[in-house]
Formats: sequence, structure tokens, C-alpha cells
Amino acid sequence: MILAFAESRGTTLRKAAFEAVTAARELGDDVHAIIAGPSGIAAQASQLDASRVLVAEHPGFAQYNPEATAALVAERVKTGGYRAVFFVSTAQGRDLAPRVAAKLGAAFAPDVTSVATNGEEIVVTHPVYSGKAIATLVLTGTPAVIAARPSTFQPARTDSASPSVETIAPVGDPSASRVVVTALKIGGGGKLDVSEAAIVVSGGRGLKGPEHFNLVEDLAASFGNAAVGASRAVVDAGWRPHSDQVGQTGKVVSPDLYVAVGISGAIQHLAGMRTAKTIVAINRDKDAPIFKVADYGIVGDAFEIVPALAAAVREARRSG
Amino acid sequence: MKIAVLLKRVPDTETRIKLAGTKIDETGVKFIANPYDEFAIEAGLQLKQKSGGEMVAISLGPDSVQETIRTALAMGADRGLHLKTDGQPYDTLSVAQALAAELKGYDLILLGKMAIDDYNHAMAPALAELLGLPCVSAVTALTIDGTKGTAEREVEGGLEVLSFSLPAVISTDKGLNKPRLPTLPGIMAAKKKPMESKPAALGAARVSVRALTLPPERPAGRIIGEGAAAVPELIRLLQTEAKVL
Amino acid sequence: MDNLDFYAVDTSLSEEERAVRDSVRRFVDERVLPIIGHCYVEGRFPKELIPEMGALGLFGANLPEEYGCAGLNNVAYGLIMQELERGDSGVRSFASVQGSLVMYPIFAFGSEEQKRRYLPLMATGEVIGCFGLTEPDFGSNPAGMITTAKEQGDGSYVLNGAKMWITNGSTAHVAIIWAKTGTDQDSIRGFLVPTDTRGFTAKDQKGKLSLRASDTSEIVLQDVCVPKGNLLPKSGGLKSPLMCLTQARYGISWGALGAAMACFEEATSYAKQRVMFDRPIGGFQLQQLRLAEMLTEIVKAQLLVLHLGRLKDAGTYTPQQVSLAKRNNVNMATDIAREARRLLGANGILAEYASMRHMENLESVYTYEGTHDVHTLILGQAITGLNAFN
Repeated sequence: MILAFAESRGTTLRKAAFEAVTAARELGDDVHAIIAGPSGIAAQASQLDASRVLVAEHPGFAQYNPEATAALVAERVKTGGYRAVFFVSTAQGRDLAPRVAAKLGAAFAPDVTSVATNGEEIVVTHPVYSGKAIATLVLTGTPAVIAARPSTFQPARTDSASPSVETIAPVGDPSASRVVVTALKIGGGGKLDVSEAAIVVSGGRGLKGPEHFNLVEDLAASFGNAAVGASRAVVDAGWRPHSDQVGQTGKVVSPDLYVAVGISGAIQHLAGMRTAKTIVAINRDKDAPIFKVADYGIVGDAFEIVPALAAAVREARRSG
Repeated sequence: MKIAVLLKRVPDTETRIKLAGTKIDETGVKFIANPYDEFAIEAGLQLKQKSGGEMVAISLGPDSVQETIRTALAMGADRGLHLKTDGQPYDTLSVAQALAAELKGYDLILLGKMAIDDYNHAMAPALAELLGLPCVSAVTALTIDGTKGTAEREVEGGLEVLSFSLPAVISTDKGLNKPRLPTLPGIMAAKKKPMESKPAALGAARVSVRALTLPPERPAGRIIGEGAAAVPELIRLLQTEAKVL
Repeated sequence: MDNLDFYAVDTSLSEEERAVRDSVRRFVDERVLPIIGHCYVEGRFPKELIPEMGALGLFGANLPEEYGCAGLNNVAYGLIMQELERGDSGVRSFASVQGSLVMYPIFAFGSEEQKRRYLPLMATGEVIGCFGLTEPDFGSNPAGMITTAKEQGDGSYVLNGAKMWITNGSTAHVAIIWAKTGTDQDSIRGFLVPTDTRGFTAKDQKGKLSLRASDTSEIVLQDVCVPKGNLLPKSGGLKSPLMCLTQARYGISWGALGAAMACFEEATSYAKQRVMFDRPIGGFQLQQLRLAEMLTEIVKAQLLVLHLGRLKDAGTYTPQQVSLAKRNNVNMATDIAREARRLLGANGILAEYASMRHMENLESVYTYEGTHDVHTLILGQAITGLNAFN
């Protein structure tokens, strides 16, 4: 049996919850999920493609509660005899999974891009050195703790699952944690984060100035569910916040579609987006390095091309 | 205040990576202090300047990591502790156990959120568990007031604000501060600061590197046209070939 | 393989020397390079960097710790100059003047009281100095200077004369003025002249096409009175300012290497990326010839100054050895800068690229601190024993 941690925020399950379930299925079919949230979260359980969902509801889980959540999951893994527990390496997962691993004294691998078994061993892959190499890691012992790289495993959302939902009690008192999230400030108007979006449209120095980023924002909006990213150059110049930065010292993203506008394609930027499924580049310099990694490139003036593209995307989505 | 800063010596990833079995070929590779750990050193120094106390710089690895510890000493740390191993062990928990054995009695333990070689993002929370201490990871803002602390960290689409109590383990993210450069007098003074070296007591390792490979090459892309005239063709390809639209 | 360390010179450096080099390199990358192109075009020295340079310990770095200096050896000092000039010759000139031409003479020829009063404040950059030796009509022949210092009854001096091409002249709080107390070069002595003394004026020289990110001034001394305590007591004869120049020239040999490295790095990077006739221009034979020549000269220069630095630390180096290094390294750097500029094609004339700025700067470096030709004659005399100066 494998356990998948279903990350939530408030009373909503995150995309990572579904990705964790998919990743867990790499090890077997008997997948359970575990959720920690405030009252009302249990209603979300039936969306998960698991045979059983364990739900701990408590006001102390209204915000991320690292200590209580780690205690809960570790306890369940131990008592439930699970082979492994899966997380996703989101901001929360990166904090939570190592705690669970340390509590269990378990083999631990984060940010994993593939999972397989080899007899008693679990074998995973994990990008290292800013994505310049892939490490194949062997995990021994039971249980194992594995965190999947975000956006790598398809979110297994289903309308047809009917898991059995079981209420479980928290371990200890979640209100007595030593680390308390006192506030969650969501960035202007529910902005989609670059590391979560299926489509990312990024802008670079080729846009000439911060006032032209509205072109990039409009193109992102035309796709409907896209996030806006930025190269390091424009973040350093103060045009865009660091949380938008894609690259070696920013975020590493793996969206289905990455559109690079006015970005030359320095190695440090490529390290952040080279695993995207499809890459489109728009740049006036036909020798820009970005065209070497782009599946489709258009050479020319971004100020001409991007508005035309945004209009065409809107039309395609309307008529398609 | 007793502050410990944990540092890792890592290859400067500006240099090209050449693989040699399950490790990288180190010839000609420049090694640096993990950039995320520098935010930790700077945070520790600012707290020391404000509240007084002592800052110890700790690193685990072969003798060469002493150079990294000396960078922290040059920036202002008071003494160094070298935990000696052959090479850099991969297993986070195994290393965490060796570090935990040396970290009793500190008010604050600071380290970078991740190392730029292994990208594991795991040491701080794991270490905190072993020490039984509160932990906040990947902080972009940090305030300490006596035994109380507040921090901020980036989450998807926003910012979490947290409060915690000392003693604690904190890992640092870019944006927390601007690390000072080691001054030249600082570099000279570092030579005279105490540096202790002892064998590391690593825990059992349950994760090992079986292979290190290069990522698959992306298939060569193509320039499909020039100017706005190429847009219809791009739409067609995104719909039919890439199937993302 | 690191192009800039082709002969693994790094393995001959101590850990501290490398740490010093790396710290200054980061300072230049983070604080100098982003602004220096603009400063150069505007014709201003980035004064706002002075406190940071002081805090980093860049001024008088090879002077002792007891005077607030870093107490580094001479190889480390050279590495500082190398890294500063990788940024810009004007920035390195500021540090050379402050360290080798102002702090050094106070250290070598000053009283204990003068050392304690000035050196710590000059190390932090709070007090800036300049070196007044060259005159409008006496450049290569400083012995002929006509600035005078007449001793008064109470032991004070009155200075009259003019100095020219003085780096930091208009920014300095104190000038080290070399003047004749008598009629010949043996009567030359050094004086600490606060620049706000009545009769002292410094005016920036305009219209420079080289070393634009540097303040270069004319100084006029009209009945400038300095008290007895401002004479540098141990100074005496032309030998004294020449000793200072030897210090500065040593640093310049390393600095020129830094400029050459910057141009070579820029040219190499450009050659690998710039595509013409369907391939990177670095794949064409003529460009490879350029780059191979550059690399060869850089390696030679690196080994030359490293050995010179070790000799200086051992206390056995000679001014003639420094002449050879300054002459060679500056000359080869001017060639490298020019060839890099040419490799960059049209882009190479833009301030966005460093090579042409280095090329222009290096013409000043070729000329100051003993012109190339003067060093030729110094070597000629060392070789033959025959004086070809006059």
C-alpha cells in the first residue's frame, strides 16, 4: 500500500494533491491519500483517485501547520504499514516531506522526475546541478519518503473514483505547534504562480522596459490559465518581482507550454525551463541561443508578433 | 546569542559539468560556498551585530571544506568546525545526523534552503526533527526579538507569514539579504581564528547514487517564420503537433 | 579548462591570495561593471564606490595592519590591481594613487605622528590623497621640476609651482607635493599639503579621450604655506618619489594584465556566439589567430608578474625588473584591447562592450608612470650600463 499526501489550502485541494496520487501509482495500485485541513475539507476527498482517503479535520489545520501535519503523516505511515509516502516538492512539500522522513528514519528523495521499482529497491531520478545532470538514486528500506517534482506527474483528477473516506484524529494538539502560520498573503488578485501553471509566458530584456510587460501579461491572459514569468535580467533591473523569475536562481518550471518573449536564452535561464514540453521563442535576433532549445521560433519584433499571437490564441480558443 | 551557520562547499555551476561515474569530474572545477548558505551567514552576522554573541561556521566534507569555512570566518564568523568525511555523502538524513550531534545548545541554526549541487531542499526540516526544534524553511524575511521570531516565505501565488520561538532552525532563501563580501582584513583575520576538525559521525545511508547521466537532448527545434505573418502557422502547430492549444 | 588560467597559475597562489582575488572580482562584477560604461561616457569617476572600496580594504592593502591596512603580501596586492583594472583603468588608478602614491610615501618617509594621523583614515577612504610630481613642462624628466618649497624662519615652507595630470587632484583632501627646497634634484622633498590650504587650487582637465572615469587635475600652488610638521621628514632627493613610482608601477603591471584579461574574455565569448556565414566567427582561422596570440601574451604576463611579486615579497626585487614588467604588460594589453575591439566588429565601438574603453584607457597607462619609451631606456641602461636618456 502506498500513501499520498494530498496538499490543500483552506478547504481546497491543490494540484499537487492529484500529482502525488499519480506519482504514488508508479509503485502500485493500492493507493491511499491523506488530507489535513479545516472543517469542510472532507468534502474534497472524493475527487482523489485513491481507494481510501484519510481526513483529519481541525481548526489548527486552517493554515499550513508543519509540526502537526508531519506528526500526523508519520504516525499514519508507521501504523498503516505503508511501503512509501508520496509528496510533491511544492513550497509546502519541501518543508513537510523531510520532517516526515526524519521522523521515520526513512530513505528520502525529493524533486523526483520518475519512480520505478527494482526488486526491493525503489529507483528514482532527480535533476541535479541546476538540471545539467540527472541522478538515478536507489532508496532502500521501508518505508520510503518520495517527493515528486511539481508538474511532472499528471494530476489524477477523476469524477468516477469513490474512495472510502475515513475521519482520523490529529496527533497531539494542532493548536499547540511551535511554528504557526499567522497569515497567508496572496499576490495581487489570485495570480497564478509560474511553478504551478500549465502555460508560462515569460518576458526578458527584449521588451525594452517594464511598461511593455503588459504585452506579456495580455498573451498570458489570452491562454486563460497561464502565468507570467521573467528572466533574471528584468528581475535584477527591478521590472518584475523575484517570485516571477524563471531560471537557475529563480524557479525551475516544467509547464506544458513555455513562451519566451525577448529572452536571449542564457544558460542560467534555460536551466529553469528546458524541461517544458513545448517551448516557443519570439526574439528579434535569429542567432539568440533560445532558438536552439525552442521547438518553434519566430524571428521578429515582439511588439508586432505578441499582440498578433494573443489575438490568434483568443480566436483559436473561442472557435476550438 | 549562540548562532551556528551550516555551509556546504559546492561546484560553481557556471562551469561546465563533466561526468565521471557517479560523480562529476572535479578537475578545473571551481568550488564556492553554496550561495544560499551565504544568505544564512549574512543573517547570522546581522543578528550577532545586533544582539552580540558568537557565530560558529560548520561544514561537513573533506579537508577542502576548511577553505569554505574560512570564507565565513572572513565575513565575520568567530570560529570554525570541520566535520571530516571522504567526499560529500549524498544521503540528507545521514549527514543531518552527523550535524545534529554537534548542534546542541545553539539559539539559532541557520543554513541555505538548498545546495546548488544536489537540489535536495531538505536539510533544515530534517535536522530540526532530529534536534526536536522548530523550523521555518526558505525564509525571505526574518526578525528575531529575544526568543520570539517572525519570518516570511514564498509559497505558490503568495507569501506565508509565520511566528516561531527560539531555539530554532531556519533555512534562508534569495531575497533575505545581500551577503557582504569578505573584506581583505577579514580574509587575513580568518587565518588566525580557531578551526576545529574532527571526524563526522554519519548516520546510516539509505539513499545512494546509482548513476549520473546527462539530460536527454531536446530534439532540434525550428524557426517557423518571421514577424506577425508566422503567427497562423504557430497556432496550427500548437494545436496539431504540440497539442497544447 | 579556464581560459584565464591556462597555465594553472591558481595552483601557485595561496588560499588567502585566491580569496582576496575572488572578493575583489565579485566587487567589480557587482558594483563596478554595471555602471562603469556610463561613467566613462559621462566622464566621471564613481566616487560613490569609495566608501565600499575602503570598507573592503582595497587602499594601501600591502601596508601593515597597525595602521588600519589589510597587511597583505605583494602578490595579493597585485591581484587586487588586476581585478580592479578588469573593471576599468580609472578605478584601478584611484586605488594605485591612494595606496602606492599617497599612503606609501607617508608610510616610507613620514613621521610616526603623520602615519597615525593619515594612514587609517586613508585606508577607509575617508581621506583621499593625490601625488603631485609631474609638471606641465616636466613629465618624463621629473628632475627638472620647477615647483619650489622655500623654508621660512620658523621652519615652515612656502610652495610655489604647478603640477599637471594629477589623478584624484580635485577630490583629494591632501596632496603629496614634491618640490625643490634648493636648486637641484637632490633638494627635492615631499610635503603633505591639505587641499583647502590658501593658494592651493585644483581644476579638472577637460576633453580627455582616455581614462575618462577618473579625475585628472591641474594643481596650482601660489604661496602655499605648510607648517614644518607637514614635511615628510625621511624624504630626500628624486629617489623618494621614484620609490613611490616603483610601487605604483608594480601594481600597474598586474592591472594591465587585468585589462587584457577582460578584453580577451569579451572577445572569446563574442567569438563563440556571433554567427556569420552560418557559423560562429570563433571558427574562422583569422579570429583564432587573434585569440591564440592574446592567450599567449596573457599567460606570459601572468607568470611574469607572479614571479615579480614573489621577488618583491622576498625583498629582492629591483626597479628595473618592475620596468620590464610594466613595459611588457601594458604594451601587450594595448595590443590585446585593440585586437579584441576589431574582433567585435561594429559592436566593438559601443560603450556596452568593454574592449574599446580599455583600449582608450590603456593609452594613458602606456604613457603614465614612466612612458613605454622611458622604461625602454631604463632597461637599455641596465643591459649596457650606458645612459641613453640625454
